[in-house]
Amino acid sequence: MSETNSAVSQVADPADPGVVVHLRKPPVVTASAVGTAPPRTPSASDTVTVTIDGRQVQAKAGEWIIDAADQAGVYIPRFCYHPRMKPVGMCRMCLVEVEGPRGSTLMPACFNPVSDGMTLHTRSPKALKAQEGVLEFLLVNHPLDCPVCDKGGECPLQDQTLTYGPGETRFVEEKRHWDKPIAISELVYLDRERCIQCGRCVRFADEVAGDALIDFAERGDRTEVAVFPDSPYSSYFSGNVVQICPVGALTSKPYRFKARPWDLEQVETTCTSCAVGCRTVVQATQGQVTRLIGVDSDPVNWGWLCDKGRFSYPDASDAGRVSVPMIREGDELVESTWAEAIAKAASGISAALRFGGGSSVGVIGGARLTNEDAYVWSKFARVALGTDNVDAQLGDGLPAQTVLGLPRATIDQAAAAPLVITVGSDVKDELPVLYIRLRHAVLEGATQLVELNTTPTGLSPYAADTARYKPGELAALAVAITSKSEPTGPVAGVDASTIASIRGHISRAGREAGPSGPAVVVLIARPSLAENDEQVATAARILAEIPGVAFLSGLRRGNIHGALDMGMAPGILPGRVALDTARSYYEHHWAAELPAEAGLDTSGMLVDAARGHIGALVLLGSDPLVDFPDADGALRGLVGARFVVAVDTHLNESVRRADVVLPAAPWSQRRGTFTNLEGRVSWLGQVTSPGSAWPEWMIAVELAARLGVDLGYESPEGIWAEIEKLSPLHRGVTHEVLSGPYGRDGVVVPVGASGHSTAAVRPLDPMADPGISSAERHKVAASSLSYGRAGAGSSSAMKPAQPRTAQAPASDSGPDAQVEPATPPLVGLPPVPVPSPSKPAGSAVGGALTLVTRRKMWDGGTAVQSSTYLSGLAPPPVLVANPAELAALGVAEGEKVTVSSAKGSLTVAASADAGVARGIAVIAWNLPGGRVGELIDAGDRLNFVSVEPGGDK
Amino acid sequence: MTFGESTRIVTARLHNERSWTISSYLAAGGYQGLRKALTMTPKEIHDQVNTANILGRGGAGFEAGRKWGMLRQAQPVYLTINGDESEPATFKDHALIEGDPHQLIEGAVIAAYVIGAAQVFIFVRGEFPLAIERLQAALNEAYDYGAVGANIFASSFSVDVVVHPGAGAYICGEETALLESLEGKRGYPRIKPPFFPAVMGLYGAPTIVNNVETVSNLPWVVINGGDNFAALGEGRSKGTKLLALAGHVKRPGNYELEWAKVTFRDLIFDPALGGGIRDDNELKAIIPGGVSSPWIGPEHLDVSLSNEAIAGIGSMAGSGSVIPMDHTTCMVRAAWRIVRFFHRESCGQCTPCREGGGWLEKILERIEMGQGRESDLDLLMDVCDNISPGVSWPPAQTTICVLGPSMPPSIASGLARFRDEYLAHIREGRCPFPPDRLPRRLARV
Repeated sequence: MSETNSAVSQVADPADPGVVVHLRKPPVVTASAVGTAPPRTPSASDTVTVTIDGRQVQAKAGEWIIDAADQAGVYIPRFCYHPRMKPVGMCRMCLVEVEGPRGSTLMPACFNPVSDGMTLHTRSPKALKAQEGVLEFLLVNHPLDCPVCDKGGECPLQDQTLTYGPGETRFVEEKRHWDKPIAISELVYLDRERCIQCGRCVRFADEVAGDALIDFAERGDRTEVAVFPDSPYSSYFSGNVVQICPVGALTSKPYRFKARPWDLEQVETTCTSCAVGCRTVVQATQGQVTRLIGVDSDPVNWGWLCDKGRFSYPDASDAGRVSVPMIREGDELVESTWAEAIAKAASGISAALRFGGGSSVGVIGGARLTNEDAYVWSKFARVALGTDNVDAQLGDGLPAQTVLGLPRATIDQAAAAPLVITVGSDVKDELPVLYIRLRHAVLEGATQLVELNTTPTGLSPYAADTARYKPGELAALAVAITSKSEPTGPVAGVDASTIASIRGHISRAGREAGPSGPAVVVLIARPSLAENDEQVATAARILAEIPGVAFLSGLRRGNIHGALDMGMAPGILPGRVALDTARSYYEHHWAAELPAEAGLDTSGMLVDAARGHIGALVLLGSDPLVDFPDADGALRGLVGARFVVAVDTHLNESVRRADVVLPAAPWSQRRGTFTNLEGRVSWLGQVTSPGSAWPEWMIAVELAARLGVDLGYESPEGIWAEIEKLSPLHRGVTHEVLSGPYGRDGVVVPVGASGHSTAAVRPLDPMADPGISSAERHKVAASSLSYGRAGAGSSSAMKPAQPRTAQAPASDSGPDAQVEPATPPLVGLPPVPVPSPSKPAGSAVGGALTLVTRRKMWDGGTAVQSSTYLSGLAPPPVLVANPAELAALGVAEGEKVTVSSAKGSLTVAASADAGVARGIAVIAWNLPGGRVGELIDAGDRLNFVSVEPGGDK
Repeated sequence: MTFGESTRIVTARLHNERSWTISSYLAAGGYQGLRKALTMTPKEIHDQVNTANILGRGGAGFEAGRKWGMLRQAQPVYLTINGDESEPATFKDHALIEGDPHQLIEGAVIAAYVIGAAQVFIFVRGEFPLAIERLQAALNEAYDYGAVGANIFASSFSVDVVVHPGAGAYICGEETALLESLEGKRGYPRIKPPFFPAVMGLYGAPTIVNNVETVSNLPWVVINGGDNFAALGEGRSKGTKLLALAGHVKRPGNYELEWAKVTFRDLIFDPALGGGIRDDNELKAIIPGGVSSPWIGPEHLDVSLSNEAIAGIGSMAGSGSVIPMDHTTCMVRAAWRIVRFFHRESCGQCTPCREGGGWLEKILERIEMGQGRESDLDLLMDVCDNISPGVSWPPAQTTICVLGPSMPPSIASGLARFRDEYLAHIREGRCPFPPDRLPRRLARV
């Protein structure tokens, strides 16, 4: 029997929190945290009584028969139906017999709603004959090559044939033949012989992702799924079609022939590729991660994953992986031992502390850490290093106080709000599954979208209004759309009528907002890496004055929100509290003295390092040379720092410059918790062994020990227990809660603040999550399968934690226990920033264009470039400008141009886009062969470039 | 009775010189119906059409006036004319569009006036290039003449008409597939409910889809009154019917006859009509209402061609295509040909039609080629049963639309009448009939 089996049986044991599989018995949930929002009592008006197979059941009026049957525990076979897509009734597998006034008729259960008094039979002779007939038809042209098919063992066609199909074939003719497989994209192969034409992939591409790049061609039994000529299915979401294909027609290049499903170990976890935090199952065999499958978490990802999250798992490639500690010997990094490397790192840090004190050391990075890692490093920096120079952001995000202090929305609240305003981000590239949710809200819900952006984005086609404002004038635009009086003329390059229309949307939203959710949700992100964060921070503060507004942070990097909540930012301490208000609280509980003043952010640390003021710099899973907006500034900083310790999974450019490299365990090899952009905390499972790498918390503990500080942590669970006890943000979110019935959807912190409910755990649908469920169906007792369908967990919601009294952590019996300081307040709204006159707007020479740069999904970063399958997907760098701009330069589409700033120059091809305003040059951030960072001066408010025809001037 | 001189409505002008031009049409009293209609209220015309009891001429035989009455009250409303006549041996609309396009336009504008549509689409089969050319030319003439466009004949009624050529799919004659195709999508029949385009049609708006022949009757009905129309024919089958006589007769062609007043014998054997079976051969079977209808035999020759009478013998009048087959016809080959047509025109959307159709085609081909097994006969019937449960008439269906259930009738009725002929194929290991005049295996498309 496989490992999966043991993993699943282990999870019933609350004493072993290490393995969290989503199918576990609901554990006893602590009363402090769970159980509010009264279970939805369906009113009589929206409930109907239906007789299914002779049993009377209650169903929601208007729901599809197939859904009502699922709820009643009656499984109706299906292929084309998917709970997250509109039904089409194509495959005819779900035909059931429905009694009517003129006799019984066969109806597709996915396309007919229940009605009161309806009587239907799913297993009557007539229904069974139809179901068997359809299955026989589906097998007529199916090659039955299960032994060599990736889907074998987890195939809905296989499974449902066994249950509903004919015993043997009556088909003696030749089956249809096609070339196979054909690559429909860089990541997906299509085998048309296996295809049963259910249309799930075609519908997903169009309906869910908005990339209608595949469709049916031909007729009759020659019907095939096809891509358009010269147009591959290059979608950011292509992996989902592989996941939802009910046969082996669509397979993914990375998983093809890698494993059989029954050999896979699996664990449910959260994807940390970006800050959306999609729920997923990671599957591995022989210690290697082989596949990710999206799990349907109702408040987050609905089962979908983006291709970056799905395919950039650690074992997709070992290129550049750090597996053993390394130390610098001259110009080279050589392999070493943990003992030697830790000793060398500690001595380097000690030396710096001896000469310069806490202000001469710094920690850059932390977004790839778990919450537990981040907490320990945050404490390590303050207690062992005596510094507040800690920053998980790389000068490319937003001020921490802005992110932490603004009122927050959940994704569900955004999708239910009358108005969503996106500022700065290209959600499709940066937070892909959030794009799917917002697009769905606009197309299927009542949400309207307003986009404040300098350039077109993936969401632009869905925006009711788009303000293409002038870079650097976002704050003025924010004033114009929120102030009492209508503007009389254009503001920030946006005409008065557009502003008036946006103002109309805002006031309409205020009228239409429901009693509980926010009226307006603003997704706030850095509009451009070639612009500092001053404008966007100011704009956020102004937009925060809109009545009923709540924010979604657009910070994209992995666990950045968890890192900030844990104090991985200057002036912030764990629990979303400020250093100055929480100092005494933590000094008491940590029994140590904390830095007196707020420290430096990444930008400040790099500037200080360049001046020679930094004696030791720790790179904590960060690559400033690539990610810091100002490449030159980053290089000066790294060169200027006298001693650099890198803790990382990959040998990136910055790590190669370090004096000591400590290998950190990648995502699938450690456990802990993750916080997404909503503040949703969820449990990360570990599926493979870390080998000789260590989780980051352990590295901090060992370093601290060498520096003479005993942090005393032994496991992520122990760390989390301390966080739950000390952090005012995480009160009530115990490990039991996270690994219990709320495990799949996580818990938004602080509990109760958002009115968020974790009620809707979807019933397990073997067709919606084919990869997982099939394994489960074979290995899990039937009683476990009912998880989420009924019982306390499915209908209750999180309850606000009872604020603990100051005496609460009574076990903490330090010498000052009797005078324990009060729990500090959470960080509040940031003050309205005063624009600093000292920061120049860069030097704009005549004819210069304002540089705008943002990230693409496929970029030059480590996650993409170290993957065999993804590295080729990053497009070459292109300068995009208004056609008039290119015409003025005399440059044709595709021609090479040289883009130069005071800092440097870059040769790229030019491309015209009428959606880009005049005066702007758009170059995607750091694609292979085009380091935009080399053009940028992080000290400037805006950066300008001049463009000349011809290459390499 | 001389059928050649019976009342003609829709084909009255067809033999006039250059009948498709507006000058010819006007000389024969064209557009008088529309002029009169514009002096009436839409309700008055609707009442006349109800009195006339015009059954839809596209095949299903649903009363046109009743269909209009089911229109959901919402704006906009669209009128779509179904001219996608694509079934083998059906060619009546073809003749009407090609020979009298102005009559179609006039009827369409009258219908648009009744239902309050400001936009009409005439969907014409793409393989009718001459019909499309003449209809488009006629439409241009009609615009110039003021019969289409803004303020028709100086009235306050305005309507635009667009001719839309089909892209070569039989399924687009199915009204919901036609609407999908008009919307620019793949021609997939829509799944029901909603059952009627009158509720949710083109672009989700209430839409009336009428057949070419149906609306071509409207100018006459407006001029002569619904009761004069209803005075022709019998029972529900009122007015005249344009019958497309094909198959093994001496004089195939379109015959407009007072409905329900002629029998199959009249149509096939009257010298003014079919003129008898070719080479004076023996009549073996008749396909009475298009190739999706169950076959009938010589014993039914004296059945009237009315909707009700044909339904009474377990078949259907359909769109009015009658195909007699003589004794030289191989019944296996005939069924194979019909099934092959339907399978290849199956849109591929739902499983029973897509896969079941292909399977039936392969089994029939095997039997015809002498590779059959006796068990194949039960297999054929069971596959038919999985497409159309019960294999009864009118057919039930496991499919989305009626294309799939159009395959079983020729197999089931053929097997019921000619089981021995199927068995002869199997036992002799070859087809006992001489080869076709056409190549036996047509190239796969």
